[in-house]
Amino acid sequence: MLDADFFRRWMRTAAASVDREAERLTALDSAIGDADHGSNLRRGFTAVATALEKEAPDTPGGVLILAGRQLISTVGGASGPLYGTLLRRAGKALGDAAEVDEEELAAALRAGVEGVMALGGAAPGDKTMIDALMPAVDALGTGFGAARAAAEEGAAATVPLRARKGRASYLGERSVGHQDPGATSSALLIAALAETAEADGE
Amino acid sequence: MSEDRPVGIVLVSHSAQVAASVAELAKGLAGGASAVPVAPAGGTEGGGLGTSAELISAAAASVDRGAGVAVLTDLGSAVLTVKALLAEGDELPEGTRLVDAPFVEGAVAAVVTAAAGADLDAVEAAAAEAYGYRKV
Repeated sequence: MLDADFFRRWMRTAAASVDREAERLTALDSAIGDADHGSNLRRGFTAVATALEKEAPDTPGGVLILAGRQLISTVGGASGPLYGTLLRRAGKALGDAAEVDEEELAAALRAGVEGVMALGGAAPGDKTMIDALMPAVDALGTGFGAARAAAEEGAAATVPLRARKGRASYLGERSVGHQDPGATSSALLIAALAETAEADGE
Repeated sequence: MSEDRPVGIVLVSHSAQVAASVAELAKGLAGGASAVPVAPAGGTEGGGLGTSAELISAAAASVDRGAGVAVLTDLGSAVLTVKALLAEGDELPEGTRLVDAPFVEGAVAAVVTAAAGADLDAVEAAAAEAYGYRKV
């Protein structure tokens, strides 16, 4: 079972990972976006880590809702409301349970991904974060490691795609051949989840 | 109009200058629109290009007179942030609406219509109608 502390550690691990990989995310974004994905997410996840230190929600849902709220208010780019919605929707789906199992987490993340799709209007294959998140959520049923592998494969599979959403869509064919920064950061978020679970011996 | 209270207008752009200038333009073109509260919410809190949820919430609160608030945005994160704030439920004043309209033309139409004493539905319709005006 996963408790609030597990979710706090997941968010802290994600923050550390985004901080470490910020330059790579921004480099990917400079190819097909506006070169701010890494710095925007670093600002957002730093705010998440700080907020979780000040306020310690005692449920998994509470942790995700607080994190999502921080991302919406501090990121400054489209990834803020998108990741914010992912975490908030997932948090709301978990309700006020003190502990949740993997199946409940998978269902909650699926609700989050559906919220992101509704907000941004993106579908699988549009070269967005959905291309990493959707396969990860599908694979979560078979374990955290499978979810990480599926997210990484999904992110890599965005390379040949043509962007149909966001700033990259203006580039049309020129967006082909570049890995999507949003799918890449989504894979980091799922990898942080797997890392947290492994550290727990889950 | 409900008890002579005007609809508030919020203009959200990635750029502080664009938001402020469009607000000025819309008020200027609306003539006697001084009674219509219009607030720009442009750029990030640090003055960079981007969208700030805090600036949007503050702008919406500042123009709310109880008759509703029409929010117009430019693109990308501006649209998504307003939608996300609306989904939060309690971040924006009651009766706040994201209006689907071109930014500059929609802002002018919205302010002119609000200045004429229209309600939120009419302000929204006028702003959305600006999409139908073809230039060539």
